[in-house]
Amino acid sequence: MQPQFRTCPESGLVFHRPAENLIKANAVAAVVFLAVGGLLGLLVALTRWPAVQILNAQDFYTVLTGHGVVMLLVWILFFEIALLYFCSSVLLRCRIATPRLGWVAFGLMIGGAAITSWAIIAGSSSVMMTSYVPMPAAPGFYFGLILFAVGALIGVFMFFGTLVIARDEKTYEGSIPLVTFGALTAAILAVFTIACGAIILIPTWLWSIGYISEIDPLMYRLVWWGLGHTSQQINVAAHVSVWYAVAAIVFGARPMSEKVSRGAFFLYILFISVASAHHLLGDPGLSTEWKIFNTSYVMYLAVLASLVHGLTVPGSIEVAQREKGHNRGLFEWLRKAPWGNPVFSGMFLSLVGFGFIGGISGVVMGSEQINFLIHNTIYVPGHFHATVVLGTTLAFMAMSLWLVPVLFRRKLFMPGLAKWQPWLFGIGTALQTFFMMGAGTLGVSRRHWDMAFTGSAFEWTYPGMAYTMMALNGISAVIAVLGGMIFVVVIVGTVLFGQKTSPAEYSSTRPGILRGPAESLSGHSHAGLGVKGFPAPGTFVLAMFLLLIFVVYFFINYGYLASVWRFS
Amino acid sequence: MSAIQPPARRVWWKQPVDRVEIVWIAIALVWCLIMFFFMPYWHVYGEQNYSGEAYRVNPQDYVAKVNEFVEEYTVRHETDRQVPVVRPPAGGDVYLLARLWDWYPILELEAGETYRFHVSSADWQHGLSIQPININFQVLPGYDMVLNVTPTEPGEYAVVCNEYCGIMHHTMMSRIYVVDN
Ligand SMILES: [Cu+2]
Repeated sequence: MQPQFRTCPESGLVFHRPAENLIKANAVAAVVFLAVGGLLGLLVALTRWPAVQILNAQDFYTVLTGHGVVMLLVWILFFEIALLYFCSSVLLRCRIATPRLGWVAFGLMIGGAAITSWAIIAGSSSVMMTSYVPMPAAPGFYFGLILFAVGALIGVFMFFGTLVIARDEKTYEGSIPLVTFGALTAAILAVFTIACGAIILIPTWLWSIGYISEIDPLMYRLVWWGLGHTSQQINVAAHVSVWYAVAAIVFGARPMSEKVSRGAFFLYILFISVASAHHLLGDPGLSTEWKIFNTSYVMYLAVLASLVHGLTVPGSIEVAQREKGHNRGLFEWLRKAPWGNPVFSGMFLSLVGFGFIGGISGVVMGSEQINFLIHNTIYVPGHFHATVVLGTTLAFMAMSLWLVPVLFRRKLFMPGLAKWQPWLFGIGTALQTFFMMGAGTLGVSRRHWDMAFTGSAFEWTYPGMAYTMMALNGISAVIAVLGGMIFVVVIVGTVLFGQKTSPAEYSSTRPGILRGPAESLSGHSHAGLGVKGFPAPGTFVLAMFLLLIFVVYFFINYGYLASVWRFS
Repeated sequence: MSAIQPPARRVWWKQPVDRVEIVWIAIALVWCLIMFFFMPYWHVYGEQNYSGEAYRVNPQDYVAKVNEFVEEYTVRHETDRQVPVVRPPAGGDVYLLARLWDWYPILELEAGETYRFHVSSADWQHGLSIQPININFQVLPGYDMVLNVTPTEPGEYAVVCNEYCGIMHHTMMSRIYVVDN
């Protein structure tokens, strides 16, 4: 038996060789698909920039479908599978369960992604990521997604298996770390998501090959959104875990309270999957009681969880910084943070962007009546670019900039350029979300090739401001794509040309047991820190600022709603 | 590095909670409750709601209904394609049909009057978007969605399709005229 474990001299992490190889493969596949999806996204934004309109209508709908599928499913799930292997095998210092099956999963995901991509490129499946029946796609479109999902599901079960191994072989002491707990949340949501995907995609595939005669469109939407929305909740759980991980890696931060942070993750498991009901608020036939239960009672408990993480993640950083002596005033801890380190700046921009833009807009558009103002306008992509791009993708980028050098034993390629990466990508994306949400508020439709309605029997012109905003969206997208290209260059450059650090040395002795920090560190007496018994007063002020914007924006929208036609 | 290490205390739920966390959780919970009660409040006292009224319908039957409706109340025709403009009696039923790639027919409604507004699709899913008031609903084949609509302001409104329905999706547009009574 060849030596299997190595301890990274810089990070202290322990890698099991088969797990390490699987993480590398999945992460590399993720970055390749990110690059492809990013270029498709640039074409989308340049087409929706009215003065540019680079693609014709047919190509636009094809490219938009490709952008959605590659970004929302392929890139993100490949990275999440890598993250699940990391959070189980590496963080718990144990061997990974069934590594051979891991390669089967990887093959299924690559094969599935290729088949679906081919169906889209061939032009016969421009049905958008949502692929609402009865509009048909080529059978390969659905079949590829099914294969991809099966592969991802195997990866998720390998994560569960690895947790069991770690527990059996006692590779850690006490409970699993918070980051692994967050990954467990993501994995549980993934099982629910992929189950919904199977329930709806398998019959839809059978329908596409003529084996089933009809799929009810409302039932399709209900089940499909169990996949479509919950898959984005996996992302939330995963990127919140990444926030905690980066806070620990960069600052040595401890969770303010394990109880609060874990409780918040637990709320996600219980409630977040039902929140997908908010996609159906403008649909015929669903009762008011059903909508109010699903979107308010259930969703707000999940929102509460996000609000909690929004305090405890920066709070843990603040406490760690104050312990290091940056204890003056409200914000010295933040000023003295390493803003030039892309691992930190990416994570922090992700946190702020997700909270202020993605979270607030998501709750507002998820309100039963407000939804009518923005359903299917370009506000919706504005919102989910704030959550999935600014939140998830940026957090994953920050994590990669730290993890890839550790995995490949190479120094970061062009670190001076990497410094700018999160700023360009984060600010470009944030501006995009603002402009899309603004244009959507003015009525601009999503998924429209031409907002001027060329070729229509009637004329209608959106306000001039809407045109300006779509142009600014195009410019912001160029900035964001520049940041994305720097990311790909830095990561690919690191893997191929990065200066080698010490070679990976595997040993046949088992690594030591993973222990918690010494009790003295965890007495949790944040005495002497912060202000008036508040160990993280700066974070609290920021959180109250967020709440203020939230409240104002919520009621502004109801005010606007009250001014339109009456309907009941 | 505790977030990537096991909790320092084996029984982590006994770890004390910081005051800042308790205060924030309480504030956030109150706000979530306010939002929670605001939806049903608006449903009762607000004037912009959808009650969920809808009926299963065969698309062909729905198209027949629309044609009947058009025959009865057409007042004139517009555009090169001679699209009928239909002016139904106030308080009555109004039918709107979505199909590749137009809305049928053009409607003329009176401001301040309430109509029973039906909308359904003959083929794929579409999105009913009324501009510039920016009110948006999903339109499904096989479901007749019923809204009680009261247009408040006279004017010329655009009906846009905002759910992707094929290559000519962006040309799928029509009018609603709201006139003084
Ligand atoms: Cu349409």
